[in-house]
Amino acid sequence: MKIITRISLAALIVSVTTISCSTVKEYQKNKLNDAEMTLGNRTVEKTELNFQSYREGASGANAGKVGGGCGCN
Amino acid sequence: MKRIFLTAAAIFALIQAHAQQTPDSTGFKSRKLKIEEINLVSSYYSQDGNNAAVTGGIGSEKLTDIVNVIDVKLTRYDKKQRKHIFNIEAGIDHYTSASSDMVDLKANSSASHADNRFYPSLTWNIENETKGTSFGLGVSYSTEFDYQSIGANINFSKKTKNKSGEFTARLQAYLDQVSLIAPEELRTGGNNGVDESGKAGRNTFAGSVSYSQIINERLQVILLADIVSQQGYLSLPFHRVYFNDGSVHQERLPDNRLKFPLGFRANYFWGDRFIIKTYYRFYIDDWGLTAHTANIEVPVKITPFLSVSPFYRFYDQSAIKYFGPWQKHTTADQYYTSNYDLSKFSSNYLGAGIRFAPPKGVFNIRHFSMAELRYGHYVKNIGMHSDIISLNLKFK
Repeated sequence: MKIITRISLAALIVSVTTISCSTVKEYQKNKLNDAEMTLGNRTVEKTELNFQSYREGASGANAGKVGGGCGCN
Repeated sequence: MKRIFLTAAAIFALIQAHAQQTPDSTGFKSRKLKIEEINLVSSYYSQDGNNAAVTGGIGSEKLTDIVNVIDVKLTRYDKKQRKHIFNIEAGIDHYTSASSDMVDLKANSSASHADNRFYPSLTWNIENETKGTSFGLGVSYSTEFDYQSIGANINFSKKTKNKSGEFTARLQAYLDQVSLIAPEELRTGGNNGVDESGKAGRNTFAGSVSYSQIINERLQVILLADIVSQQGYLSLPFHRVYFNDGSVHQERLPDNRLKFPLGFRANYFWGDRFIIKTYYRFYIDDWGLTAHTANIEVPVKITPFLSVSPFYRFYDQSAIKYFGPWQKHTTADQYYTSNYDLSKFSSNYLGAGIRFAPPKGVFNIRHFSMAELRYGHYVKNIGMHSDIISLNLKFK
């Protein structure tokens, strides 16, 4: 598990730092502005995030519960 | 005379036409408060397993939960053309639980074998679209038979100069009260084990930062990081723990916990019909738990207004330092729990959703802008499984 943790973290850091960005003009954003391209959870996923915070030990970093406000983990 | 009159009229008409063609550059936005969007979300959740914490890590985990949430988004512009966004949300859960029913060790006798949870919240955000900044405040409340919570949050975000990146910071606080309802056989006082002063506090403070970035016309990513500190009574009083000498005790966990989740999302629009949405989270805390979450969802646009989204999520966690199964803990243990949600396990969650958002409205009802149905099946490798079906109706 420690090896998997290290590899996962390394992959995350490498992918974030090596992605190069290009300037996208407003009229080029038709695909980015699609309702299903949003960088967040769907409204319909609200309850799924709730049950995951109760049934799993980890929470957070997904705009859902962080552990308070409920008798969850 | 007629010619002069007609010529003058023609010239006047020409001037008027030119005036009408001049675009209005004031960008007038209404200052009235208007309803931007209303969402109704309903879900049915059902689970079962054999490791109920209420009965010391053995016993039925059968539970059902019916959830209904309404959220209303209102907007208005002020004199300085800043956008004010108000979100009012209210949810109610009705759940029944076979394990909660065993707090009193007799069926249908425990106070929380069936319960309702009510949770309203209100948030306000002010956006300056010119400067690309946003600031917001929020309050929330939650109440059920044995748990009450008051929450507050503050957030700030700023876009980069070219509007392709956005940084967001958020602080949250929850001040909770847990009713100390002990398992029946461990109660010492009257009033069914709920003493007059039988409550304990649990506080949660969280700081979150995120940075999103448009990479190109088809790809955008976001990095999310939280730091969460919990203090106070972090156990649940009705969770039993059986020691190896056969004695039964209430779960006992440390009175503080520090958590570090780190997440990454990447969404890519492939071709004209496929979107690939990925998510990874790494989690670690000072109770010894580390976890990995990986999720992929692929919305497929059958038509521009109808899409199907299959998804798969894998989760893996190690156990916390204080976990032990039934009759494994000893009197030498300072902290102990037999809650299998904090044990070592991995899980698979898969399902699909269908989303319908026609331009003229669902069933040609103009304001009924979208309907989405989603089903998922969740399985842990320690025997617990659940199903959830959710419906979202959006009105604009």
